Amino acid sequence: MKNIIVVGNGMVGYKFCEKFVAQSGNESFKVTVFGEEPRPAYDRVHLSEFFENQDAKALEMAPAEWYAENGIELITGERVSDIHRETKTITTIKNREFSYDYLVLATGSSAFVPPIKGVEKDGVFVYRTIEDLEGMLAYADKVKKTNPNAKAAVLGGGLLGLEAGKAAMDMGLEPHIVEFASKLMPRQLDSRSSQVLQLKLESIGLNIHLSKATNQILGDDAITGMEFGEDDVLDCDMLIISAGIRPRDELGKTCGLEMGVRGGIVVDNRMKTSDDSIYAIGEIALYNQMIYGLVAPGYDMAGVAVDQILGKAESLMPDAIDMSTKLKLIGVDVASFGEPFMPASKGHSIIFENKTQHLYKRINVSLDGKSLLGGILVGDATDYSMLHQIYLNGMKIPEDPAQLILPAGDGGGAFGDVMDLPDEAQICSCESVSKGQICGAIESGAATDVAGVVSCTKAGTGCGGCKPMVADLTNATLKSLGIEVKAGVCEHFELDRQDLYKIIQVKGYSTFNEVLDNHGTGGHGCELCKPLVASLLGSINADTANKEYAIQDSNDRFLANIQRNGTYSVVPRVPGGEITPDKLIALGQIAKKYDLYTKVTGGVRIDLFGATLNQLPLIWKELISHGFESGHAYGKSLRTVKTCVGSTWCRYGMDESVSFGIELENRYRGIRAPHKIKGGVSGCIRECAEARGKDFGLIAVEGGWNLYFGGNGGATPRHAELFAEQIDNETVIKYIDRYLMFYMRTAKPLQRTAAWQDRLEGGIDYLREVIIDDKLGIAADLDEEMQTLVNKFECEWTQAVNNPEMMKRFNHFVNSEEDDDNLVFVPLREQKMPEQWN
Amino acid sequence: MEEILGKYKSTALKDVTVWFKAATIKDFPKDGGACVKYKDKQIAVFNYARTKTWYACQNLCPHKIEMVLSRGMIGDDKGVPKVACPLHKKTFSLESGENLNGDLEAIATYPVKIEAENVYIGFSE
Repeated sequence: MKNIIVVGNGMVGYKFCEKFVAQSGNESFKVTVFGEEPRPAYDRVHLSEFFENQDAKALEMAPAEWYAENGIELITGERVSDIHRETKTITTIKNREFSYDYLVLATGSSAFVPPIKGVEKDGVFVYRTIEDLEGMLAYADKVKKTNPNAKAAVLGGGLLGLEAGKAAMDMGLEPHIVEFASKLMPRQLDSRSSQVLQLKLESIGLNIHLSKATNQILGDDAITGMEFGEDDVLDCDMLIISAGIRPRDELGKTCGLEMGVRGGIVVDNRMKTSDDSIYAIGEIALYNQMIYGLVAPGYDMAGVAVDQILGKAESLMPDAIDMSTKLKLIGVDVASFGEPFMPASKGHSIIFENKTQHLYKRINVSLDGKSLLGGILVGDATDYSMLHQIYLNGMKIPEDPAQLILPAGDGGGAFGDVMDLPDEAQICSCESVSKGQICGAIESGAATDVAGVVSCTKAGTGCGGCKPMVADLTNATLKSLGIEVKAGVCEHFELDRQDLYKIIQVKGYSTFNEVLDNHGTGGHGCELCKPLVASLLGSINADTANKEYAIQDSNDRFLANIQRNGTYSVVPRVPGGEITPDKLIALGQIAKKYDLYTKVTGGVRIDLFGATLNQLPLIWKELISHGFESGHAYGKSLRTVKTCVGSTWCRYGMDESVSFGIELENRYRGIRAPHKIKGGVSGCIRECAEARGKDFGLIAVEGGWNLYFGGNGGATPRHAELFAEQIDNETVIKYIDRYLMFYMRTAKPLQRTAAWQDRLEGGIDYLREVIIDDKLGIAADLDEEMQTLVNKFECEWTQAVNNPEMMKRFNHFVNSEEDDDNLVFVPLREQKMPEQWN
Repeated sequence: MEEILGKYKSTALKDVTVWFKAATIKDFPKDGGACVKYKDKQIAVFNYARTKTWYACQNLCPHKIEMVLSRGMIGDDKGVPKVACPLHKKTFSLESGENLNGDLEAIATYPVKIEAENVYIGFSE
């Protein structure tokens, strides 16, 4: 039995053990691992997550039991203090002696503390271990008690420094980054991308100080500030030093191994040091005159050392090591790959910069424009995986390489398919997993989904940057095997909305339970699938929300819009915005009687706020007696058709926009759709009704109406697209009927027409083929389905107030006539509002 | 705010001293809920008609301190019965009261029993 001693139980030391256990021929070795820290190896790359959950266990690479289960002796909290090469033994700090046949040094690095006057003061920390973090947390708590606006400075604006800045923010301190260089992340980013990153970080509250050389740290016992120049001082209550790393190579030095001039233990491509029995891996290994401070090369070194010890002489470290990285810094994507900075003599750079969106993309291509040499991405690194693969595999790039980074839709997004990558393409560089291994895991049946692929190949378990690509490969492979990849509605249905639509239509279901029992996965349903099925039953059968009110979403359930304090607002329909003075007076009198806050809505209707559940039916009985009906302001259904006054009054009007608006609103009222629908009708090109901001919009022109589809206000404003020109009223209705019906059949849950139309392959041209040319042969069905819904319309409030059984739900208490006694209103101008939330 | 939250304490079956007769089964919607008044408390009661099981919890959503949970949609999360608040869709287990999609404090839950078509809620005071 031969002894292997691993000195250091960090990420790379652990990886050595993991790879060793997985290799054949390991039976004749005994592995002993020494760790200086009190706990087994943990994931230092994701150290900042400790601030979010303070769960050290969650960061562990493997639990302590794992080592024992695999025959490895793990000795934590005991540092190795000497190596005796002549006797092949080591001694520990506790003066215990162990002998070895092979010694693997994986002691990693420590934080570099620059020799600045005052670094020994209280409140100065380094950012390296969980103990450092615990110390910081305790100190931050202390300073926050005396000063709620306490500041923390971070010395160093590199990768780790910015992570530390995030940590300071998470601790509730005002974060300041102090960097010696004139830009952030000087090693990874060029000046322009660095500026973009800086803008973004400043916008989320990080204070950044560049070109600052710290003279001394101020304070008596505890830090109170940093001094840069004579009058240049930054007050702070805490300092986190993150100014780089230094290899923990003291063991190598004292036992006389060959060392680099500036530290690090020299190794060859077998990871062997100048002593045949001693290997060095990770951040203490000086390979090609370089220390590699990334996890992926460290893991590769661990693999080479394992192979060499087990006699696989052909396993060598490659000459060129890929230093590409992608990470999320405080929610900002930052990535660089290949050669990020390139002199103009070697190639050309293509740069896309948008400071308003905090976006920067740069790619460097060879002088002949045929290959990708490297690049930098800040703000959006979704293209990283593919660009990295193109770079690594020397894949062909488009004739106009700009397409690689231009936003899709601008002639960009010209990536090849993930499946075009060669099998040997390395997808996960942390774990060295190739495309062939990922696809193979599915082809062999070992995995059937992304989670399965991750667990059997380990792809994506390191930095996680390759996860989107692993998912794409998994889905593409499943598809190539004829296995359908389905995103179900929720845990209760593996089907999507479109499937459920067809099933309900064909089978003629009329209740949620029928659908769940016959096509669900069991259980009771939930807040995702219930309102969806409710909406489908509405779209297909014209069921009102009264029929099965317990499956309706919050607002539909009580036919009113629930507001902040649990009271409701009431919006009667005012088609086209036309209202008689008598009806307006009636609205005012009802609002006054029930003391309702009254406002004209964004959809130019009148909204009455502050009605309790018990009041809703009383209010509606009065509204109905004055000729009002439900305005469906609570439903995923038609809201309003906004109109300008049109040719009936306007001296510019080309057509009667109000009359047509009323006709359209009355036609589509009450119809349940994937999301709300709004319409607009303008009497001339001045567009006073803002029709192009609506799901369907009409503008009167010489010779008829111009019809627009897919407009939207809201979070993502979008102008509607012109669908047809100079058409008559009858044709307008035919096209809107078909458009809405096609949308209701095929959209995703809660998808507005704008998003649906955007994602529809072929876009507006395809819609014209379906709606005008009837390419799919479904136009007659769409017409008939819409006409059925129109014919079946019934005002659900009239239905409810005339049915005592339906009325039962409008009581706050099931066992008392009382109202909710918890409501508090406060005055607002001449009306009222609910008391503010705390 | 603390005061109103403090009114509601989970009651275990073994601690029940009062079975309050709230209403009859048919007063509650199938697979839905309604609110019961007990002294100065508001209790949400849910009828899982598919399995003939019943749950009760405070009507107060701890997120914004509003009396609304009885108007929420019910269902299950991997078999755990839950209610989704109608205001912001915070979901709570009807067994443990735990907030399933966030870290709000747990809501109080109460035992329910059915006798002769009547719905009783168990309290310890």
